[in-house]
Amino acid sequence: MSLDLFFQYLFAGITYGSIYAIVAIGFNIIYNATGIINFAQGEFVMLGGMISISLLQFMPLPLAIAGAVVITMGIGALIEILFIRWLESPSVLRLIIITIGISILLRELALHVWGESIRSLPYFYGNEITTFSLGSVHLSPQVMWVITACAVMVGGLNVFFKGTPIGREMRACAANRTAAMLCGINTRNMVTLSFMLSAGIGALAGCVMSPITYTQYDSGASLAIKGFTVAILGGLGNSMAAVAAGILLGILEAFSVSVVPLAFQDAISIAILLLILFVKPHGLFGSSEAARLKDF
Amino acid sequence: MKRRKNLAIAALCLAAVCVHLLTLLTGTQFYLTQATMAAYYGLVIIGLGALMGYAGQISIGHAGFFAIGGYLAASLTTRNLAVFQETWPLRGLDALNMLKTGQDLSGDLLLTVSPWAACGIAVTTAALIALVIGIPVLKLKGHYLAMATLGFGTIIYRILLASPYFGEADGISEVPGFTLLPAMGTLGPIVVSGDAGLRVVNYYLAWGVLIVGTLLLLNLIGSRVGRALRSLHSSEEAAEAAGIDTSRFKLQVFVLSAVYAAIAGVLLTHFNGGIGPSEASVMKSVRYVALVAVGGMTNLWGTLLMGVGLTFLSLRGVFGTYDDAVFGMILIFVMLFAPEGILSLRLKLFFQKIFLGARS
Amino acid sequence: MNGSGDGLRSELEQVPFFEEAMLELQSVHKRFGGLHAVNDVSFKVAPGSIKAVIGPNGAGKTTLFNLISGNLPITSGTIYFQGSEIQGKKPHQIAHLGMARTFQNIKLFHGLSALECVMVGRHVQSRAGFFAGMFSLPSTWNEERAIRERSMELLELMQIAEFAEVEATSLAFGQQRAVEMARALAAEPRLLLLDEPAAGLNIYETAEVARLICRIRDMGITVLLVEHDMSLVMDISDEIVVLSFGQKLAEDIPFNIQKNAEVIKIYLGEDDAITA
Repeated sequence: MSLDLFFQYLFAGITYGSIYAIVAIGFNIIYNATGIINFAQGEFVMLGGMISISLLQFMPLPLAIAGAVVITMGIGALIEILFIRWLESPSVLRLIIITIGISILLRELALHVWGESIRSLPYFYGNEITTFSLGSVHLSPQVMWVITACAVMVGGLNVFFKGTPIGREMRACAANRTAAMLCGINTRNMVTLSFMLSAGIGALAGCVMSPITYTQYDSGASLAIKGFTVAILGGLGNSMAAVAAGILLGILEAFSVSVVPLAFQDAISIAILLLILFVKPHGLFGSSEAARLKDF
Repeated sequence: MKRRKNLAIAALCLAAVCVHLLTLLTGTQFYLTQATMAAYYGLVIIGLGALMGYAGQISIGHAGFFAIGGYLAASLTTRNLAVFQETWPLRGLDALNMLKTGQDLSGDLLLTVSPWAACGIAVTTAALIALVIGIPVLKLKGHYLAMATLGFGTIIYRILLASPYFGEADGISEVPGFTLLPAMGTLGPIVVSGDAGLRVVNYYLAWGVLIVGTLLLLNLIGSRVGRALRSLHSSEEAAEAAGIDTSRFKLQVFVLSAVYAAIAGVLLTHFNGGIGPSEASVMKSVRYVALVAVGGMTNLWGTLLMGVGLTFLSLRGVFGTYDDAVFGMILIFVMLFAPEGILSLRLKLFFQKIFLGARS
Repeated sequence: MNGSGDGLRSELEQVPFFEEAMLELQSVHKRFGGLHAVNDVSFKVAPGSIKAVIGPNGAGKTTLFNLISGNLPITSGTIYFQGSEIQGKKPHQIAHLGMARTFQNIKLFHGLSALECVMVGRHVQSRAGFFAGMFSLPSTWNEERAIRERSMELLELMQIAEFAEVEATSLAFGQQRAVEMARALAAEPRLLLLDEPAAGLNIYETAEVARLICRIRDMGITVLLVEHDMSLVMDISDEIVVLSFGQKLAEDIPFNIQKNAEVIKIYLGEDDAITA
């Protein structure tokens, strides 16, 4: 493998990896607030892409993206209010099935609104043949958009959770819901907020990746599985580790192309997921002691 | 207890006959085709019901086991093995008279595995895969178990979609009929196939299989092992303290439900004359889970009735292009408003009154 | 023999131990992270006796029970049951050796009738397997009938036979406790672990439980119980072990325990101060 090819693969891996990381962080935000794994997480990404493509007909690109993020956040909040909020101590099995149902509904909704056709946003800068050079490597500017957007989101979330009062309240909820409630935090609103936040970052990821990966009504499912793989790989609930795990999986996948047929690529990440679940279900970076305290 | 079970089974047999007579009277015998298919899907659903409802373990990968059964049966009975004629597995099958020879379109030797042997291989493979997968997977709980089984189902789907041997996106077609019993005297042969002349035979065969499957599960649930399963559902700790090897019993039910799915896959593939990758898709697995949930997790009869009924409607195309959406809705609404199944809503009170009244 | 060298220990293992001890703990430790929940606890339970473990809240009593029954792995130490080591074994394996238990927070099976719950307890005394059950083989019929009859007898012993067909988790608290006890007895154990059998019961019910425990002992079953109710423990126990902060504070007959200054201090005198 030549050095150029190596870097091509590396950047492709980092690009996809940062998307996986964002989906994983979306899982983590909701998991931390509620203990729920939201099986509809991938659908938020799909919705972000689809809505922005539709909005683009009426407004410039930045507004369309902003609009898509806001609308998807609204959908996220609506889902939580309609289906989750009023359940009293539901069992894990029930929540799994409900979020799976939601993912099917969103997918079917997308199918009836946008049809089966594959769509994409235009490249944010230039077009598909525009490249810029980084040393001897030629890259699409969109790659930089994806990586930058993901980095900004991760940084922004960090500031939000550590620096703002609402972010701190959300972290308090994640640590101990009852105690947070006793301190006067409205834990229910925090849960709604977590759904909004996770829908919002999912949608933004869906927008920036759309020019490269395209968007289709059913593109959420495989993203959800990969995002979950990454979330598990990093240790459920640990967002910083998810970034590292996401990029790791992205790179693994990118390089596996040279060894394994493309058709089996999805199978590889799932095989990694199964392996991790069996061998180290608390994640590569997590400690088993801490994981045991959490409710599996 | 025992008598009630036998009565219910008898009622089910009677219902199957009644449905047949009804279609005869109304001249709607074409309904029997979907009723046959619904019965095979029903077999998958009650098997999954035993796993989810009684042992309390979710599986979002059961379409995978169905597909393993169906695809292996289809490929073994259609793919030409003439090139491998002299290898030991084929010689072994030949010695057991388990090979079928014929001629392909160009007149060359066409060597395929007989349906009986293919069925045996398919179901055994599904059972073995369930065993190997089940040992690590069933150690997981909740979300982890759900994702692991979902992952398993997706891997099977991807492999089928990417393998030329399994026909990639087209699947496998022109699967021959499965002769269970040759013609004897005045009785015609019993063949699992979509041939219009065999429609009634196939209808009764499918329902026979489903009823036997139900009976066996009912037996199991009422037995010592069944009690152990039901107990580990609510408290593994207490079940262990009572001497129940919980991981072993979970594994056994997992394998059993995989075998049910695989048998259904084999028979339905022969009946349809083919199988496509959509049978292995995640949506199929989710649909099975939905049907188990609608019927009520711990209610085998509810699962059976709702499973067969809704599958029949879906196969008739009643839900149109909203088919998947309908199942998504069903999932959400059942879980929101009737987590113990639709039948539990009002009917449960009603039944309790009847049974408690009869007892006192 | 305590404190003897390793060589002697292994020689002694050849001797059937249960002649002198039904259960023996040797310097058992359990750590949860930094917390030393059970710290170097050793004692023996003589066959046919009633032994009680007492101590203030958080003393490690229930943890100790979970270690003995195999629900939690021990950090170090040795547990002998009828002479053979059982640490590291799974709970169901230990149950098969003849140990049964009840739980402090009752763990009955949702969706099973009281009778069925007790029938689950017969698990170790029966053998019908997966396929035998599925095909309802004739060989299982007699066994099934025997399980049912024996379980019914136990419900009668507990005086709750009239609730046999009622869903166990919908019964009153005291009745649930009785079902749980019947389930444990159904295994015909050599050793019965009772985790706070009188918790949440009124004074009459507690007296009833005390009589019952004595009857169980008279059936030849060794009893080890954890209990808060001092009067119950003092009345029925042959010997008492006192735990405090995971350590064994004293081990003696009830009469001496009542006089033990240290026990009075930590358990009776300053109970409030410690639990607060």
